Amino acid sequence: MIPLSWYLFLSLTLFTIGVLGVLIRRNAIVIFMCIELMLNSVNLALVGFSSYIGNELGQMLVFFVMVVAAAEVAVGLAIVIAIFRNRLTVNIDEINLLKW
Amino acid sequence: MHKYIGLALIFPLIGFIVNGLFGWKIRKEKIIGWIGSLTVGASFVVSFLVYIELLGLPSYARKFTVEYFSWIKTGGLDISFSYLVDPLSVLMAMVVTGVGFLIHVYSIGYMHGDKGFARFFAYLNLFIFMMLTLVLADNYLLMFLGWEGVGLCSYLLIGFWYDKPFEKMTTSDAGRKAFIVNRIGDFGFLIGLFLMYKYFGSLNFNTVFSIASKLQVGDSTVFWITLLLFVGATGKSAQIPLYVWLPDAMAGPTPVSALIHAATMVTAGVYMIARSSVLYALAPTTMEIVAVIGALTAVYAASMGLVQNGIKKVLAYSTISQLGYMFLAMGVGAFSAGIFHLTTHAFFKALLFLGAGAVMHALDNEEDIQKMGGLKNYLPITYKTFFIASLAIAGIPPLSGFFSKDEILWGAYSQGSFWLWLLGAIGAFMTAFYMFRLVALVFETPARYGAKHPHEAPKVMTLPLVILGFFSAVAGFIGIPESFGLKNLFHHWLEPVFEDANAKLILESAHSTTTEFILMFISVLISAGGILLARYLYLERINVVAKLTQTFSGIYKLLYNKYYVDEIYDTIVVKPVKWGSEKLLWRFFDVKIIDGIVNGSARVTSAVSSVIRFIQNGIVQFYAVVFLIGILIILWLIF
Repeated sequence: MIPLSWYLFLSLTLFTIGVLGVLIRRNAIVIFMCIELMLNSVNLALVGFSSYIGNELGQMLVFFVMVVAAAEVAVGLAIVIAIFRNRLTVNIDEINLLKW
Repeated sequence: MHKYIGLALIFPLIGFIVNGLFGWKIRKEKIIGWIGSLTVGASFVVSFLVYIELLGLPSYARKFTVEYFSWIKTGGLDISFSYLVDPLSVLMAMVVTGVGFLIHVYSIGYMHGDKGFARFFAYLNLFIFMMLTLVLADNYLLMFLGWEGVGLCSYLLIGFWYDKPFEKMTTSDAGRKAFIVNRIGDFGFLIGLFLMYKYFGSLNFNTVFSIASKLQVGDSTVFWITLLLFVGATGKSAQIPLYVWLPDAMAGPTPVSALIHAATMVTAGVYMIARSSVLYALAPTTMEIVAVIGALTAVYAASMGLVQNGIKKVLAYSTISQLGYMFLAMGVGAFSAGIFHLTTHAFFKALLFLGAGAVMHALDNEEDIQKMGGLKNYLPITYKTFFIASLAIAGIPPLSGFFSKDEILWGAYSQGSFWLWLLGAIGAFMTAFYMFRLVALVFETPARYGAKHPHEAPKVMTLPLVILGFFSAVAGFIGIPESFGLKNLFHHWLEPVFEDANAKLILESAHSTTTEFILMFISVLISAGGILLARYLYLERINVVAKLTQTFSGIYKLLYNKYYVDEIYDTIVVKPVKWGSEKLLWRFFDVKIIDGIVNGSARVTSAVSSVIRFIQNGIVQFYAVVFLIGILIILWLIF
């Protein structure tokens, strides 16, 4: 039996990687993947807690997160493609028009 | 019948609503005109029936309060639309509606073909409604409502031909002047009412007067109340120093001058003092001020009337002067004499104005009497009635003006002083002179109007002249002085109204009837002298007049330019106020302070945001860092 803390450490690690990726990387698609990574780390934490407490509600919640994440990916990638068609780049430093 | 006194007010109001709202649709002048006239006629009938009812009652019982509905009820203040029916108010209502009816009928002819025909009758009816509210009200606030209402109608009607030029300005400027000058007086009136409410705790005539009748003569608060009310009266009734609006009010159509600026509205101040006679009797100082102002105005205005060339201008100064006599009467405590003069003056001054209207009607609205003359043969009815009215105002017995004016002069002598009498007598001489100067220049001297073809006015205009002429001649007989051994019906009628006030005044009756007769004789001599002098100078020795104006050109110019009072007021009041409004209130206070605060707050916002907007740099990852830091801070705060 793997103790709960292992799951949580792995989840935390993945989440931190995701946050740093969002903050540091400039490629929109990579940032996107990092967001997915954060979502999946949360999923992992949910599943771990669920099996530790013995309650299936956490695992059901994971399915909802996955559905929302899938929808989000569909919309997000569409936006990224639209931006690429317009600007021929997905470097977010070059698409910072929305400002004062 | 007295319960239905409200009908007298409702009829003109209906006329106002019908003509005001649907007049443009009715279009037929005859229908509009008769709606306007007959509603006023109906309210005359109502007042007359109430008069008959009062006549059948013993004199102490001739007083009713008719309450219709509550108007303001808050705290200790309880004002309702209720009307006081007593000898004074019924008399005033009859004068207003009676003379008003005749002038309405006359207007049908005078305003024929005017594009604002329905509007004119609507305003006139509204005026009658407001004037009746003023004279029938049983509390000061309702009276004030009427007081302001007649001021509004006056403004609307002076500027009736709003685009017509009038002496360097337009008629609407004249209307505005009247309104603003009246507002100055009304301000005093209103302060007087506040003070009265504070002191007596009520504005109802009955309550105020019954408290007042228990006070001591010389009460200082009552002095201020009466003085402030008198300030209101000087505005409305055109006395020194607020008379300047009345001559300009002649810019309006002539029936308006007759009805509002001669017969009725301008007498509101006199009525108000008569109504408050108990209060005035408590304040001898105010009474003295009223008497002096009245006597001075009587002479001062008459002197300006001597040299004016506008036919209506002369009559306007004459009105101011006659109002001065009424205030003189009020000031010396001869209340019923003042009201008597008000009544007779309503007849003959309305007649004079309507006659002047007929003359102007005949000469294509010519107002300059130097361009008239010889109209005696073309306008026989107008000439005769005008002549009767002139004799009446000059005070020739047995016409009405003689009895009323003489009673005032006698009151001034017996209750006031010799000097007041002397001022009154000088005024009477000037009155006789300027009236017959007018008669001579308009009707009797050779014609000077060029190629115009004067014609007598239609019947609808001459009939009111004849009726008013009849009353100007005989109305005096209702008030024959008691020294003739007859009963003075007029005094007797008004006695219950003034008995409280008379009880407060120390009336001297020490003067003998011989003195009264001597003074009466002197005043007749004075009037006759004025008339004969005017006729001699203007009919026989016209060249002497020209010589006199040259010899005394300084005085002539002073009088002709009305003592330059308009210019003086302009310099010391109007210009500083304009300067203060523009330079201080507008350019400094409004622009610098008010706008400064508003613009300043906008400027502060934009200054602050010009710094902090750099946070919004468009780099998404920067925002994400801010989120993260924010979340970390929140988490740190929570745990």
